Amino acid sequence: MKLENIDRKLLNLIQTDFPLVPEPYRELGETLGIREEEVIARIKLLLDHGVIRRLGGIFDSRKLGYSGALCTMQVAGDRIDEVAAVVNAFPGVTHNYIRDHHFNMWFTVLAQSKENLDEILNQIRERTGIEEIITLPAENIFKIRVNFDLD
Amino acid sequence: MLTEQDKQIIRELQNGLPLVSRPYKLMAEKLNMTEEAFIARVKSFVENGQIRRFGAAVRHQDLGFVANAMVVWDVPMDKVSEVGQRMAGFEEVTHCYQRPRYPGWPYNLFTVVHGQDREKCIQAAKRIALTTGVEKYRLLFSTAELKKSSMRYFE
Repeated sequence: MKLENIDRKLLNLIQTDFPLVPEPYRELGETLGIREEEVIARIKLLLDHGVIRRLGGIFDSRKLGYSGALCTMQVAGDRIDEVAAVVNAFPGVTHNYIRDHHFNMWFTVLAQSKENLDEILNQIRERTGIEEIITLPAENIFKIRVNFDLD
Repeated sequence: MLTEQDKQIIRELQNGLPLVSRPYKLMAEKLNMTEEAFIARVKSFVENGQIRRFGAAVRHQDLGFVANAMVVWDVPMDKVSEVGQRMAGFEEVTHCYQRPRYPGWPYNLFTVVHGQDREKCIQAAKRIALTTGVEKYRLLFSTAELKKSSMRYFE
């Protein structure tokens, strides 16, 4: 999708401060000098094309009481699909990548408690037969930036 | 602590804001709340940090930030806070976390570095290494994406 200037301005604006007022699209329109209907139509197009993944809240899992960790395990090349199917089946596994290291499978897990997290990892061990899962919870967060400046 | 109603609000927000003139009113009505109370609660989530950011999550691949690398660093324990904060200051670094070491895994600082291409990520990591004086690091590029989804809380 080719972004017009007005789309970039709109994206910059709504990545950080989406208005929490009764008529947010109208307020955005006033800031950008376009009509409410146009704001809605442009956002719809950006959503349809997948430029915007979701419009709403980006939650802090820890502050919602969730436990999470980055995990890694060594998976033989011919078992990747099968092991990924086991790992990815858990809704709390949100990301899973193969990376170029002997620890080649990297996934993130979120669970409602530390006990639930351990339980998921134990089930993965049991179902894959892979004992060693290195669990790397964040001990300190120095930065999470998820918005990109488009100017 | 979150109440049952808070969890309902969070579930509702996870469906995405409706593209109608009064989106909060529409969501509030589903939960038998007033628009005013709904907005006030969402504002308090933002103030208390349960919502880190309220707005659009964009797919950065579509914006030209195609490549990313997980760069892992072996930093002396007494330096990790200072180095972590310095690394966080780099524009290319989108995430910077301290994580535990393990036997066979000496890297205790994790950054995600974004760039227009692979080479730009490598260059950025070099610059970060030079600036912070951390010599022991590795870039782990992803070779396959097996899952990428948004977390749905309280479901």
